[in-house]
Amino acid sequence: MKNLIILGAGTSGTMMANHLVSKLPKKDWSITIIDQYKTHYYQPGFLFLPFDTYTEDQVKKVGKKFIPKGVNYIQKKIDKILPVDNQVVLEDETLDYDLLIIATGSKIVPEETEGLLGPLWKKDIFDFYTFEGALALRNKLREWDGGKLVIHITEMPIKCPVAPLEFAFLADSYFTKKGMRDKVEITYVTPLSGAFTKPTCSKSLSYLLSEKGIHMEADFAIERVDNEKKEIVDYGDKTIPFDLLVTVPTNMGDELIERSGLGDDLNFIPTHKHTLQSIEHENIFVIGDATNVPASKAGSVAHFQAETLTDNILLYIKGYTLKEEFDGHANCFIETGNNKALLIDFNYNTEPVHGTFPFPKIGPLKLLKESIFNHWGKLAFRWIYWNMLLKGIAIPFVSRNMSFKGKIFDIKRN
Amino acid sequence: MDLNIAGIRLDVTEDGYLTDVSQWNKDIGLEIAKNEGIEMTDRHWEVVSWLQEQVKNDVALSIRGIKKSGVLDIKEFYALFPKGPLKISTKIAGVPKPKSCI
Ligand SMILES: Cc1cc2nc3c(=O)[nH]c(=O)nc-3n(C[C@H](O)[C@H](O)[C@H](O)COP(=O)(O)OP(=O)(O)OC[C@H]3O[C@@H](n4cnc5c(N)ncnc54)[C@H](O)[C@@H]3O)c2cc1C
Repeated sequence: MKNLIILGAGTSGTMMANHLVSKLPKKDWSITIIDQYKTHYYQPGFLFLPFDTYTEDQVKKVGKKFIPKGVNYIQKKIDKILPVDNQVVLEDETLDYDLLIIATGSKIVPEETEGLLGPLWKKDIFDFYTFEGALALRNKLREWDGGKLVIHITEMPIKCPVAPLEFAFLADSYFTKKGMRDKVEITYVTPLSGAFTKPTCSKSLSYLLSEKGIHMEADFAIERVDNEKKEIVDYGDKTIPFDLLVTVPTNMGDELIERSGLGDDLNFIPTHKHTLQSIEHENIFVIGDATNVPASKAGSVAHFQAETLTDNILLYIKGYTLKEEFDGHANCFIETGNNKALLIDFNYNTEPVHGTFPFPKIGPLKLLKESIFNHWGKLAFRWIYWNMLLKGIAIPFVSRNMSFKGKIFDIKRN
Repeated sequence: MDLNIAGIRLDVTEDGYLTDVSQWNKDIGLEIAKNEGIEMTDRHWEVVSWLQEQVKNDVALSIRGIKKSGVLDIKEFYALFPKGPLKISTKIAGVPKPKSCI
């Protein structure tokens, strides 16, 4: 009997368990999945929690419910991986593996920025990348009477890179609805040169910021937070004052990756960007936010990766060459406020384009254009997530590789 | 787009980065620096060579990478190339504009 172990039962790990349970021969392979927490969070919902659009119960469920029968589920903290011995060390036991899938994701590390965890943390400074952070921010927003709202990204890469911008758009709608938009000054601060990470998006979508009266500060590399003066300071001594700071702290892979000597500076694991095999160890595969591949860290990306990875695990077991198939495909809805959203579709080599999705000419979703239909798409994603995505069911009509049909290449690349 | 520097025609991207690193030489670097309002010192050139070395070795450039480089700290980087040090120094070095990705 051989052992396949999956580390992490988040979006990617859960999908892999569901894919593999029906494909690996039961008499030869036993599958185990390990996660430290009982709860599985729907992280995309953290964007909506602060604005009272979603309730707590809509974004969390018991993780075990999504692990298929026939897979051993262990709820324990993983201490480290011993890649040379092919072992995983848990808090109180050590397991042997023949094949390892690492799906331990990424998380915020506010300690990386001086002063971020100072006296104002969770008083006037919040994150919305954790369940606790998003809830605390919701409670703050309910009673906040206005002032300077600064929405800030510390450094790239972060998971769901458009989420902070969506937060800014939704904040504009939220305060407008509350009849207090005139009391709130919104500033969007990014270490990048433009609001969007993709140049074509920045070009065709920057009107959204001015339309909503959101100021932007680009190229801001934060050095520290000054809790006394209530401002963020960058390495060039530029300062931005705030009354309420909503920040996305540095994102890193779990410390377990560092303890195992498997990661880069940010604890992301060097991974082949088309096969998803780890660069250093041929019996270790990596998926989702835990990799260092230059794709978005997003659930939709993990979903496309899972399909390629499943094929590659089967090929690897049979001794065949792996498919170099994954193309960095990402498909993301961007909430723009007022019940509208955009949809973008791109991969490693192709910038987001105009057109329709998933059917050429018909849509119904429109790429790179605001529409109410796209907003429904984003809200439907929650249902799709719990009921299809986690279970490894393919999303109808959306293929793992980016399709070029129905797309219009009319924006020049830099 | 192309740029005329020191009598040589260079291919550059829309925001002024050389598309062919092999076209770079110190005179060109100097000229780009002038356009950016930067007066090059020995220290500037040291940093520029280090950046070129990194790119040659396929190391992705980032502010965090500077912090860990041991070559210079971020404060000095800002002092040498004020405002957007990574953007400006790479332009002078003739290497591609760092993609802060995705
Ligand atoms: C605010 C926000 C909005 C987002 N919006 C979108 C969106 O609109 N669309 C989209 O596609 N994606 C979105 N995402 C991104 C998406 O949620 C992630 O990309 C996705 O969850 C990644 O899946 P993963 O399995 O790689 O990591 P995760 O789902 O984070 O799972 C990692 C798991 O590993 C476990 N783990 C880690 N270390 C250990 C250890 N030492 N011991 C035991 N267990 C461990 C963790 O407990 C966790 O359960 C958003 C994310 C955030 C934060």
